[in-house]
Amino acid sequence: MRTVLYILQKEFIQVFRDKAMLPIIFIVPVMQLLVLSYTATFEIKNTRFVVLDHDKSVLSKKLVSKFRGSSFFSFAGDATNYEEAEQAIKKNQTDQILIIEPDFEKKLNQEKSAKVQVVTNAINGSAASLMYAYAASIVSDFNREIIVEQTPLKNLGLPIRVRSSYWYNPELNYITFMVPGILVLLVTIIGMFLSGMNLVKEKEIGTIEQINVTPIKKHQFIIGKLIPFWVIANVDLVIGLLLARFVFNIPVAGNIFLLFFVASIYLVVVLSFGLFISTLTNTMQQSMFISWFFLVVFILMSGLFTPVESMPGWAQVIVKFNPVSYFIRINRMIMLKGSGFTDFQNDFWILTAYAAAMFIFSTARYRKTV
Amino acid sequence: MKQREEIISVENLVKKFGRFTANDRLNFSVGKGEIFGFLGANGAVKTTAIKILSGLSKPTSGKAVVAGFDVSRHPDKVKKNIGYMSQRFSLYEDMTVKENFRFYGGIYGMRRKEIRDRTAFFLKNLGMQSFENMLLKKIPLGWKQKLAFSVAILHNPRIVFLDEPTGGVDPITRRQFWELIYETAAQGTTVFVTTHYMDEAEYCERVSIMSEGRIEAIGTPAQLKEKFKVSTMDEVFLKIARYKE
Repeated sequence: MRTVLYILQKEFIQVFRDKAMLPIIFIVPVMQLLVLSYTATFEIKNTRFVVLDHDKSVLSKKLVSKFRGSSFFSFAGDATNYEEAEQAIKKNQTDQILIIEPDFEKKLNQEKSAKVQVVTNAINGSAASLMYAYAASIVSDFNREIIVEQTPLKNLGLPIRVRSSYWYNPELNYITFMVPGILVLLVTIIGMFLSGMNLVKEKEIGTIEQINVTPIKKHQFIIGKLIPFWVIANVDLVIGLLLARFVFNIPVAGNIFLLFFVASIYLVVVLSFGLFISTLTNTMQQSMFISWFFLVVFILMSGLFTPVESMPGWAQVIVKFNPVSYFIRINRMIMLKGSGFTDFQNDFWILTAYAAAMFIFSTARYRKTV
Repeated sequence: MKQREEIISVENLVKKFGRFTANDRLNFSVGKGEIFGFLGANGAVKTTAIKILSGLSKPTSGKAVVAGFDVSRHPDKVKKNIGYMSQRFSLYEDMTVKENFRFYGGIYGMRRKEIRDRTAFFLKNLGMQSFENMLLKKIPLGWKQKLAFSVAILHNPRIVFLDEPTGGVDPITRRQFWELIYETAAQGTTVFVTTHYMDEAEYCERVSIMSEGRIEAIGTPAQLKEKFKVSTMDEVFLKIARYKE
């Protein structure tokens, strides 16, 4: 135990003496949280549209102004003919073209039917279907208004009415959904890099040899290496939660101690993983590349950006081995839903088993011989 | 010859890396309190042997007993009893002198007071008291080597292994370094040192000379000079190397 304390003392001295690392440890995560939370959004806002109005009547202008009034659309100009509108899409000056047929108003008044065409740039399929859906809902809104105007006396009440209420995130705020996940990423990236670089750095500068001729026990050394980064990552989590509370107005709905308890177990997984990579490699460069490889896979397959449920079956099997996805799920449950331990205990036990396994792997892999 | 107590004994020690044999059937022993020079042209081969004796590397075959323990079966017990100074400077450059001493003393299980006293003793002995709170990276190489040696014997080991401790160091510091070695040996610690400076070989009580992984000669410098009928260790070394060709 005393031995571990001496290692801890040494590690903390080294971390706080490294003037280049301190900002990386404490300022970079803050920047990432602030920037990523605002930008990692799938909401489509400000869809640019060009209008090709062949009618130019009062009604057609009314339709256009409905588009312009919506916060989802931003007007990108009028086109005089179809070629001009198409050029605008090609030059990426617009996402959509709204085409109104000639005699739009006349046909509506006389034949009770007229045509509007919406052309959407569908390179990004999911974004395109959202843009189309927004456009369709504006047009159907417009439809209803016309019907009400033209048949003012009829009550068009619908027999079934749906009243929806959104739970846990009533304003459907994307940031609320993203922040708990991004918090997980921050501690993961910091933890994995710090631990992944540390042991291998001692190999590179040669100090590990002096350690290896001492009677130090393998587990003492690994624990001594793990605890400092475990503390640092937890401090980063505290900072992140404070930002979530005071900048994004997302309080932790559940028990904050439960959150830190799970985080502590999770960090053992991440840090042991980093140390494990460190024991396998000989230079910081190698360690960096391997850490990156796993981090990219872990993050993209974590369910943060894309739902796990929509991944193919084999990918879902891989996700079962992804520690990041477990903690993102649990963190969202605790922070947003206020879930208790029993709500996620299966995930928790898997994470605990993972932590034990990774710790044993990294201890076994660390060799005191060359 | 007086009855001597063996602290290192090596029997038929072999170390192979693939098809390359670094150490070929080494047989030798070192007595308690002796200054033993381990010489040879190839630095890597000497380092390999030192690493086996200090429990850092496992022998391919053969047996080595250090401080009473078999190195391949009880490496941690061996490690408790030895000090080691690597060829590569390996104290923490981003820590102060005091912090390095405290760290190594701590992991050898020394008491706080003992660490403080020993640190003060060594710094005084080296005339480096004013360096106590200085970062290692700001200290010149020769001084750092002396500190590394002090750290290696901080916990009063029974044997200290020094792997080319004076490489790249000026002649005056080398001399001071050998004075430290003599002081250490006088207190009963066995010193096992590799070097490629033949003038340093003269300072050793006994030396072994390796060539192509084998020990070609072993004995006191005087015995070896007589055997090869030359007047300096330099010539002994050249004769052995030439004889092999």
